[in-house]
Amino acid sequence: MAEIRNYTMNFGPQHPAAHGVLRLVLELDGEVIERADPHIGLLHRATEKLAEHRTFLQTVPYMDRLDYVSMMANEHAYVMAIEKLMGVVVPVRAQYIRVMFDEITRILNHLLWLGAHALDVGAMSVFLYAFREREDLFDCYEAVSGARMHAAYYRPGGVYRDLPEHMPQYEASKIHDAKDMKRMNANRQGSLLDFIEDFTNRFPGYVDEYETLLTDNRIWKQRTVDIGIVTPERALALGMTGPMLRGSGIEWDLRKKQPYEVYEHMDFDIPVGTNGDCYDRYLVRMQEFRESNRIIKQCIAWLRANPGPVISDSYKVAPPSRATMKHDMEALIHHFKLFTEGFHVPEGEAYAAVEHPKGEFGIYLISDGANKPYRLKIRAPGFAHLAALDEMTRGHMIADLVAIIGTQDIVFGEIDR
Amino acid sequence: MFNRIKDVLRSLMLVELLKGMMLTGRYLFARKITVQYPEERTPQSGRFRGLHALRLYPNGEERCIACKLCEAVCPALAITIESEQRDDGTRRTTRYDIDLTKCIFCGFCEESCPVDSIVETRVLDYHGEKRGDLLYTKPMLLEMGRKYETQIATDRTADAKFR
Repeated sequence: MAEIRNYTMNFGPQHPAAHGVLRLVLELDGEVIERADPHIGLLHRATEKLAEHRTFLQTVPYMDRLDYVSMMANEHAYVMAIEKLMGVVVPVRAQYIRVMFDEITRILNHLLWLGAHALDVGAMSVFLYAFREREDLFDCYEAVSGARMHAAYYRPGGVYRDLPEHMPQYEASKIHDAKDMKRMNANRQGSLLDFIEDFTNRFPGYVDEYETLLTDNRIWKQRTVDIGIVTPERALALGMTGPMLRGSGIEWDLRKKQPYEVYEHMDFDIPVGTNGDCYDRYLVRMQEFRESNRIIKQCIAWLRANPGPVISDSYKVAPPSRATMKHDMEALIHHFKLFTEGFHVPEGEAYAAVEHPKGEFGIYLISDGANKPYRLKIRAPGFAHLAALDEMTRGHMIADLVAIIGTQDIVFGEIDR
Repeated sequence: MFNRIKDVLRSLMLVELLKGMMLTGRYLFARKITVQYPEERTPQSGRFRGLHALRLYPNGEERCIACKLCEAVCPALAITIESEQRDDGTRRTTRYDIDLTKCIFCGFCEESCPVDSIVETRVLDYHGEKRGDLLYTKPMLLEMGRKYETQIATDRTADAKFR
């Protein structure tokens, strides 16, 4: 009989199921994984070091590019760290806008996760449906910030601009005539808030559709139930956060445990799993869709009723409005100061964390009183999750590895940063 | 016991698979949402941050006064400016380059510009065929400004109260 030997195999970095640039060195016994060794660093861009050479404002767009599927949530942690050190008061309206866009970002992130996870496991159509909804949310991003993905919208002291009063509309072409336009633009007649509200009304129905395709599906269940089980104790010990931790049955959510911005006024629940397998984490995230939807609705209601400033009126942090800048000498001086030298952050250190769609995303900021951070440390949730990959995959088949990578919701922008 | 039989029956009849296929089947016949790109476009916000342009005043004078604020604020160091005093005593740029391969389209240049000169237009489909094509020089940027001035001005006026 032939001797069966363990062999070592490369998984990625070019594998379509490797979610970007994940390279795994697998030690296999037949098709069973004995060890999975993630090799990281292929997307390393030295964001932390770059931040040390840029003013505080200039680092904001770099934050978008960390976890490039939940852009505004990254920015949020960063601006919160600066605000904590400076003691800036953020206008309430800005806080509501931030919370609303954090939840939109959560839906965006989970939609990509759902599509990619299902595609990895073998269900193609969910991916297409998920991207249909992502398109609507990208329109919200674009309407408010001018960019579909890398928004650079949150600023120390608030957000850059208030929500627009009109949604951009489709224009007639040789494919769609004026009658089609009326139908396609039906939900774009009002303001951005009207558009988002229309989305929140439609969205629960879409989530039901995804669930029809997956939740009871026998293939989906065969591929996810009892795969990659993490016990609550191990989940805590491995430093897991977010849906990875909640899937194991630990009710931990920074939005409830350490409420930031206006989350304490929001009415929502934290879904938790029981078994800690891929299926439970799937269910947790599906429920988070619905909870995020609820939070967005509450934000819309408040934002409708309460107009006001969206950025701090202190010229020491936020630049004056363009109209003021053009006829007031002092405002112009502040404008020039802020865009060249930037603002100085008092000496000290601060840690600000948000409940990012993937877990706890934190920024640890040390300032020596200059206009640049002395040191910026990014706490990326994906990093801890990837570190647990070896333990989660041990003893599983290669095909299950793909399901586990999917359930971890890995994005290399934040792991390699 | 009754539930057990129900579960077995349900499993044998492929209920959940058929439900899923019914859903995809419905979408097979539903109206398509595809946007046929070159012929039609997705809605675009007036705040869109695309290709840059240097604007001119209505009398044809260029706006840029070479204050170099955009050069200073650019996080990617994509802008290079050189300036000189012109014969009429005004300060103007002799060189204004934007390296689009470096640019991260954050919009800070437009935000910082005190005279509304450098702007990011709605243009998103441009390309370069050889090395250096994406280094936009001053004449190219001014040409963009001339070409799209109406659109740029309309968008800026509509958004003025938010900025």
